[in-house]
Amino acid sequence: MSEKIKSWPGTPLGEKEIKEKRILVTEWQPNLKYAWDTGAGYGRDFAELKKGKIVGTKCNKCRRTLLPARLFCEWCFRTADEWVYLKDTGTVNTFSVAYTGTAAERLKVPRIPALIEIDGSGGVAIMHLISDVDPWKVKIGMKVKAVWKPKQKREGAITDIDYWKPI
Amino acid sequence: MQRRVAIIGVGYTPFRPITPDMSFKEMMFEAAQKAYEDAGVCPRKDIDAFVTCEEDFTHGRSIFNIHTPDNIGAVMKRIHTLPAESLYGLADAFMLINTGLVDVMAVESHSKASNMLTPDYLVAHAMDPVYNKPLGYNPYFIAGMEMNRYLHDSGVTREQCALVSVKNRANALLNPDAAYGDRIAMDDVLESETMFWPLNRLDMSSPADGGIVMVVACEEKARDLCDKPVWVRGVGWCSDAPSLETREWGEAVYARLAGEMAYRVAGVTNPRIEVDFAEVDDTFTYKELQHLEALKLCAPGQAGFMVEEGATQREGAFPVNVSGGSLGVGRLDEATGLQKVLEVVLQLRGEAGPRQLEDVSVGLAQSWRGVPANSGAVAILSNE
Ligand SMILES: [Zn+2]
Repeated sequence: MSEKIKSWPGTPLGEKEIKEKRILVTEWQPNLKYAWDTGAGYGRDFAELKKGKIVGTKCNKCRRTLLPARLFCEWCFRTADEWVYLKDTGTVNTFSVAYTGTAAERLKVPRIPALIEIDGSGGVAIMHLISDVDPWKVKIGMKVKAVWKPKQKREGAITDIDYWKPI
Repeated sequence: MQRRVAIIGVGYTPFRPITPDMSFKEMMFEAAQKAYEDAGVCPRKDIDAFVTCEEDFTHGRSIFNIHTPDNIGAVMKRIHTLPAESLYGLADAFMLINTGLVDVMAVESHSKASNMLTPDYLVAHAMDPVYNKPLGYNPYFIAGMEMNRYLHDSGVTREQCALVSVKNRANALLNPDAAYGDRIAMDDVLESETMFWPLNRLDMSSPADGGIVMVVACEEKARDLCDKPVWVRGVGWCSDAPSLETREWGEAVYARLAGEMAYRVAGVTNPRIEVDFAEVDDTFTYKELQHLEALKLCAPGQAGFMVEEGATQREGAFPVNVSGGSLGVGRLDEATGLQKVLEVVLQLRGEAGPRQLEDVSVGLAQSWRGVPANSGAVAILSNE
């Protein structure tokens, strides 16, 4: 409403009307469950993460390392040539300081998603999180190292690396 | 400019109830690699545009189209995704090539149906949320009601429907890529569990996984690259009213109208004489018969007698679903329509192995989107 407009025509609707079911309310919780096959590429990748190792594949035509480990190069459209172990240290390519959660809620402690170029890999990067650092101290070009979960807590998942921290 | 359009390469992975050995990305890659090898093209250099046919909900990812280009060699190229039945993808390629916008195009679709753990709930989610959903039925009741009305109107019997299941599962035994080949008798179907009366368990197809890619080209490229082009002479598609209350229940109107369009584009005036064989949607047994009538591939009311007399068997006068159809191959979600096209292509090239039909030159492929939709597409293919 404003100075000139004191009320709109019609019947106002708000949360109260919905809660009191004064209008037609229908609720439906979709039941959609999936079990995705990892396949050979992601499958080996996750198995190696459980062992505390990062593995990628390599295309010998464009000479790129591929991560997540995959069986084919999307540039050359050919089967990848070999598996390669990668270091767990790298350089921040880009990052953000995320103060908003998925439900649009305000996060008191921000999360720092980052793209980390793995050392000695020719530029291949892993998408992960940076933590254990003052968010305003993170910089593009900063050196970081993976902090692995303890062995018994690893389950063959990207979260087997807890986070990356500056070195 | 109106140009002729041909399928010049096909690639696919075997159709199986489960495929734990490959991710959907690896499945798409394998099918694409085989198709490009078959067509003798390099996707990075020779293919102008790509279309993939994938529905977000069946794959469990929203905006699924972002996940498809890399797997088929389409990164940094023109690609779009249809959340639709895959025969619509072939229709897209037909239009883009026919009008001269594109010379060579790839069409892709795949099923990872085994990864969807709550498939009936997924279909339930497609229902009208305020008018139909609150009634709380498993949505496949729609197939039961449709079958009931179709049998009532057409005089087709449950026994005749059961024979479709017997035929298609037996056909699948000659198809090494089919998942559900089986030697069963009519009584097995009639005595299988009632699911949605009058629909029994063996009247229904079961889901399968598998990927299919096709390379489609204009005439000039087709003649240049391919010894055995299969010409797409016509395509058609149609949707009936979506609401359960106002749609037609006895007749497959969408199939009739899609067929009429495809026949018109292809210049087919008498389908029963000009078409040699067909792969039509057989998600449920009665659907094969209902679709044959809608497509005018038999005289009105004669579909039941056709299957009873063996006319639609592999050795019959008008073979239908020689691949095994969805009942024998497995239902491939959005990829189902391309599987129908695949079989027609293999037959027209003379590459169908032990199930090869003799002297065939024109085949028809038809798809239905599945419960609760009543839409579908038709393609007429020829090796001449
Ligand atoms: Zn490469």
